[in-house]
Amino acid sequence: MAAFLARRLAGALIVLLLVSLMSFALIWLVPGDPASAFLDASATPDQIQRLRTALGLDEPLPLQMAHWYGRILRGDLGESILLQRSVSAALIERLPATLSLAGTALLIATLGGVAAGIVAAVNHDKWADQATMSAALIGLSVPDFWLGLVLILVFAVSLGWLPTGGFVPFGESPLGWLRTIALPALTLGLVQLGFIARISRTAMLEVMRQDYVRTADAKGISKLEIVVRHCLPNAFIPIVTVIGIVAGALLGGAVVIEQVYSIPGVGRLIIGAIAARDFPVMQGGLLFLAVVYLTVNLTVDLIYALVDPRVRLT
Amino acid sequence: MTSASPVRDLGLRLLRNRSFAVGGGLIFAVLLIALTADWLAPFDPLRNAFRMRLQPPGAAHWFGTDHYGRDILSRVMYGTRISLLIGGLVVVVTGALGTVIGAVAGFYSRLDAPIMRLMDATMAFPSIVLAMIVSAVLGASVVNVVVALSIATIPHTARIVRASVLVAREHDYVEAARALGAGDLRILFRHVLINCLGPLIVRLTYVFAIAILAEATLSFVGAGPPPPAPSLGSIIAQGRDFMREAAWITIFPGLTILVCVLGLNLLGDGLRDVLDPRSRS
Repeated sequence: MAAFLARRLAGALIVLLLVSLMSFALIWLVPGDPASAFLDASATPDQIQRLRTALGLDEPLPLQMAHWYGRILRGDLGESILLQRSVSAALIERLPATLSLAGTALLIATLGGVAAGIVAAVNHDKWADQATMSAALIGLSVPDFWLGLVLILVFAVSLGWLPTGGFVPFGESPLGWLRTIALPALTLGLVQLGFIARISRTAMLEVMRQDYVRTADAKGISKLEIVVRHCLPNAFIPIVTVIGIVAGALLGGAVVIEQVYSIPGVGRLIIGAIAARDFPVMQGGLLFLAVVYLTVNLTVDLIYALVDPRVRLT
Repeated sequence: MTSASPVRDLGLRLLRNRSFAVGGGLIFAVLLIALTADWLAPFDPLRNAFRMRLQPPGAAHWFGTDHYGRDILSRVMYGTRISLLIGGLVVVVTGALGTVIGAVAGFYSRLDAPIMRLMDATMAFPSIVLAMIVSAVLGASVVNVVVALSIATIPHTARIVRASVLVAREHDYVEAARALGAGDLRILFRHVLINCLGPLIVRLTYVFAIAILAEATLSFVGAGPPPPAPSLGSIIAQGRDFMREAAWITIFPGLTILVCVLGLNLLGDGLRDVLDPRSRS
């Protein structure tokens, strides 16, 4: 286990190094001068020069890079040009909203997806299977931001059951939180639910073909018990793997869904930065999301290395 | 099963696959409408007609009109054309670069680890956010959107090609070809890559679907192809301000994206059932 842990951590460190290098390199993709891209055409050469100095663009490249790594190792992602404050602080302040959106969506997607996958697999090739899988495919094909708008139209504008947007922190009012998070989490969760349902169905069908399942069936054990006791635990590994992938998609999806529902999270910060050409926030936000993603996946890997000894050997 | 021609045999199996047939039919219809938009579109998608603003769907305007009186059906037809163009270009770029990167990583063991770590790193960024930022940083244009989306879809594709190459290069016929004096490139193209075609075609069909969804998202947040091109995502973004009184501006372009992506996903599922032997039961 220690060897597996060491290998996995070393791999993650290399990827982290590359991820931070790519985030740093982002500013070099800007055609022309990043400082003039942020300021409008009326900016004086003096203003542009001051911003260039503030962004460190006048330093030689190796020095800029050394500064970047020196800063991010201390957890400092620089200063936002637009907000005139620390990028790290702005990101951390908005993280709870994003995490509660992505987390609730993950819960909806996982519970709903695994349940739908089991229903489909148990009723293999019957109408319930086809209906579930058709619904899952439609879920996968819907543009999430558009689904969000449609849900707002139905549940907020027409029926008036829920607010059209905004966010109430859980600590402030749990009921208010639920009312503001319900539609966004449903929007984000439904798309990934389809994906998890498809993988769960395949994993279940694979396990249900195994000899020990046939033996259990021959012993006369009830179908429910076979599914719960014999199939589900063994189908879990591909499902858990998928949850790691889904976590990444949810983080990205949350960025867009926050925009649809006016949730003050990391995503709105990043989209605002894109519109304003606030490069430090774009760089910091991208790196931040990648670090969250890598942490989630490392944790998932470690969990199933603990659960399944075979994983440690590969 | 014996058959006179393996190609005809494959064609028959594809046509008998329901997902492939339905998906193919949908995509064919969408493609036809997009390609003939110049003749079929009832109105100029960019022409304002203030007297006709916010008209609900009816005989003259099947999908209604927007706040400038522009015909939504015509705008959706031209928007679909842009979506398909960008999706198609992303498939070409991702197909070419993903194959080369994956093949090199799979074929030359020494380059494998560095290349794949780079792919892992790219995949650590949420792809939609990466595409948004790259497109915005480069400056919104059709070409830059294609570049941004390709950067996000290449790593997974390269990984799939690499996995197939790793399996294919161990076959006896590869060793036989080498014994006969064939060079690396000849072996790679004539013997190894041909065996990766199935998974690659399936993946690229899904890439097409992903690219259309992502392009719409980029346009929705304002990082897509620049106006006045009526992109499906930007029509939805404009409709958002009129959702209460004119929901049709938002509804129809979204349904169109759904039909395109659903068609491609069905096509991909059908191709996977037939081409990817592992999932053939």
